[in-house]
Amino acid sequence: MRVNFTVNGRPQEADDVWEGESLLYVLRERLGLPGSKNACEQGECGSCTVRLDGVPVCSCLVAAGQAEGREVVTVEGLADFAKQRTCGDSCGTAGTSLDEARQWAAKGTDSQTGEGTELSPIQQAFIDAGAVQCGFCTPGLLVASDELLERNSNPSDADIREALSGNLCRCTGYEKIMDAVRLAAARQSEGV
Amino acid sequence: MDFLRPASWEEALAAKAEHPTAVPIAGGTDVMVEINFDHRRPEYLLDLNRVGDLYEWEVGEETVRLGASVPYTRIMENLRAELPGLALASHTVASPQIRNRGGVGGNLGTASPAGDAHPALLAAGAEVEVESAARGTRLIPIDDFYTGVKRNALQPDELIRAVHVAKADGPQQYSKVGTRNAMVIAVCAFGLALHPGTRTVRTGIGSAAPTPVRARAAEEFLNAALEEGGFWDNGKIITPSVAKQFADLCSAACNPIDDVRGTASYRRHAVGVMARRTLTWTWESYRGTRRASEGAA
Ligand code: FES
Ligand code: FES
Repeated sequence: MRVNFTVNGRPQEADDVWEGESLLYVLRERLGLPGSKNACEQGECGSCTVRLDGVPVCSCLVAAGQAEGREVVTVEGLADFAKQRTCGDSCGTAGTSLDEARQWAAKGTDSQTGEGTELSPIQQAFIDAGAVQCGFCTPGLLVASDELLERNSNPSDADIREALSGNLCRCTGYEKIMDAVRLAAARQSEGV
Repeated sequence: MDFLRPASWEEALAAKAEHPTAVPIAGGTDVMVEINFDHRRPEYLLDLNRVGDLYEWEVGEETVRLGASVPYTRIMENLRAELPGLALASHTVASPQIRNRGGVGGNLGTASPAGDAHPALLAAGAEVEVESAARGTRLIPIDDFYTGVKRNALQPDELIRAVHVAKADGPQQYSKVGTRNAMVIAVCAFGLALHPGTRTVRTGIGSAAPTPVRARAAEEFLNAALEEGGFWDNGKIITPSVAKQFADLCSAACNPIDDVRGTASYRRHAVGVMARRTLTWTWESYRGTRRASEGAA
């Protein structure tokens, strides 16, 4: 079957989708957006987290057909999504094209990572706080943390733990991840 | 496989009548796991996401009519006062991502003994509203709904429309045993509701029998003991021997199995502990509100 939906602000069409396929599979294998990670395929790890009509969900548990006509934001579109949120329409054309999204990468390596690319504040905070180890859990954590800071600008540690309780980090770097979210919240409230 | 996408409740019923083997999918948090792991290849998937009615709830005089697809997140946020037991249970479901998608209809449809909502529904008192195109609507009392391991009283052409849950008329509690707070399938769970209006107590046990069950003998014992001692009126602390007997009878209501999550004897023991604790918590809260209203009088 064919699925039409909006991904990172742009209309997309996926063809030859098998009816039992997950949204995660469509994003990764049919649209070439491997940012959302596939780890457990049973809702346990959160590394496939995307926004579906604004709501954080495990894309491995959404049937592709259920995304028909709806809006999805993946980690590849997060920088643009965050920018639109802060400056509204004045930023110009909304959305991240598939080509842009496919090529999306945090430029540079080591301590330079991210310099010269536009990152969302939460992505920058993860880099600055050293919250990325192998990076497998990072896309899901970024999407979940970004949504937390969108609805709660001054989260307590308990709020952060609760919001991220569905995201597992196999490298177990949770303290740095907490630091990163606290840092992003602090920067957000300072307006930097 | 065919993907059916009804745009309304009527269309959904018609599709289910035409294809009784169709598997309804709403939040997808159970169904998609089975499909991802190739445990299930339904001929038809019946997507209910476009049926807006299923995402609504109405608070009435006596009951809350809760749409089958109202996500657990909404229950926690909006129905804590009316359905405290179910709101507590909802908060223990998996993770925010799962609570954003899953709802009570899925728990009822799957009818796994480990579903988090069941003990709260049993304790509060509820009726499941189901409908078919051919025979219309019927209400199934929650006590008759679970018929076996992952089996329920639904006919093949029926869909779950809503659940009518009695509004709390007294304190309710919910307790669940697992290895951590998030992302846990219950080792066992317990729900308890005090109903001062009828001077009764109701219970619900999860994951400790082939189906979710009430501890009826324990309820009858406690109802009689509370009546006899005048507890509802004098608001005294429940005697430890009464609490112990209640806990033992709750353990005895279990018919658990050994599995990877826990042994049968552990489950029986843990249910007794949860029964005693939830009784203490709810009774303390009942005494608190009694004192407050007496103080005000
Ligand atoms: S891959 Fe979706 S939750 Fe793990
Ligand atoms: S950084 Fe490796 S899984 Fe989290």
